Amino acid sequence: MVEFALPKNSRIRTGKTWPKPEGAKNVRKFLIYRWSPEDGENPRVDTYFVDMDTCGPMVLDALIKIKNEIDPTLTFRRSCREGICGSCAMNIDGGNELACIFGLDEIKGDVKIYPLPHMQVVKDLIPDLTQFYAQHASIMPWLETKTNPPHKEWRQSIEDRKQLDGLYECVMCACCSASCPSYWWNSDRYLGPAALLHAYRWIIDSRDEATGERLDDLEDPFKLYRCHTIMNCAQTCPKGLNLAKAIAEVKKLMVQRTV
Amino acid sequence: MGYLTDRARVEGLGSAKLGTGHFWEQRISAIALLFLVPLFVFPFASNLGGGYDEVKAAYAHPVNAVIAIAFFLTGFLHLFQGLQVVIEDYVHSRMGMVLIIAMRLLCTLFALVGVYAVIRISLGA
Repeated sequence: MVEFALPKNSRIRTGKTWPKPEGAKNVRKFLIYRWSPEDGENPRVDTYFVDMDTCGPMVLDALIKIKNEIDPTLTFRRSCREGICGSCAMNIDGGNELACIFGLDEIKGDVKIYPLPHMQVVKDLIPDLTQFYAQHASIMPWLETKTNPPHKEWRQSIEDRKQLDGLYECVMCACCSASCPSYWWNSDRYLGPAALLHAYRWIIDSRDEATGERLDDLEDPFKLYRCHTIMNCAQTCPKGLNLAKAIAEVKKLMVQRTV
Repeated sequence: MGYLTDRARVEGLGSAKLGTGHFWEQRISAIALLFLVPLFVFPFASNLGGGYDEVKAAYAHPVNAVIAIAFFLTGFLHLFQGLQVVIEDYVHSRMGMVLIIAMRLLCTLFALVGVYAVIRISLGA
């Protein structure tokens, strides 16, 4: 049965309020989710104050500043700081975003930062993406061919290559899947928008020769058809991709080969 | 369960190789209801408050009777298809299966009751 309330040990309480930076004139308040697996405590929300005159423009800049100057125990993933690695996905101001390309000027009032929703938390802002990656691997995210490999490369027309635009840009940040109610309730069986977008990316790749097998693997009431076109995925995608459309295209292909 | 790899967990029992039929039929029943609902509601509403004879006269017309029967059959089919999805979404484990069976039987029963009522009014003395 779906659980609409958090279990007792996940209920969030008010945490520590860290001191304001001395002499700062342009201060902004950050409310950040904290949880450590080591202390046996419930999660808490800590309050930090950041001097915006000495802080970069993005949410990640503020997080790094907090870690460097206020609280070195604050834990989060980050790498490329330009929206291409997908590491710093988190729930910022109520939406799933990449902290590195989400500007602080886009947020009104206090900045509230939580880990991606409905994912197991490893620590603080770090979600456990093990299942998410296994789902991606399960859709065979590689070129499957049966014909003997050509001497040079698998050729593709410019038009065929264009089919992959809007799909190949996915950085697997998990913002979409973590925003999807169907994924919240059935992530053990539903593949989620990210894996399905990647599945479609290989289904329509003109060079791929396993289209039928790929569709066979997806044809399932849970793996694919839990998508009810809620479209949170498309709304939240930090790369601006339309995952709901990609999933709808898969469903259209399913019908096309049946009717 | 504790020692399954993540990939084995995701693979589960594999693909059921169905689901498209349900998806497609739900769309078809939805399209049918787009027409059937107004066609059913109009003669039904225009006889509201009328006596048995007026209702009987309305449904003695074969078009009204056939539309009403089609409405009950399609409506309860569509209702069950929707309920099944909701139950699969929110109710897991054995309780979900029990609810799906119960809803299927109830929807079939209600559809049959509707069809029987229309036939009785339409053809009855």
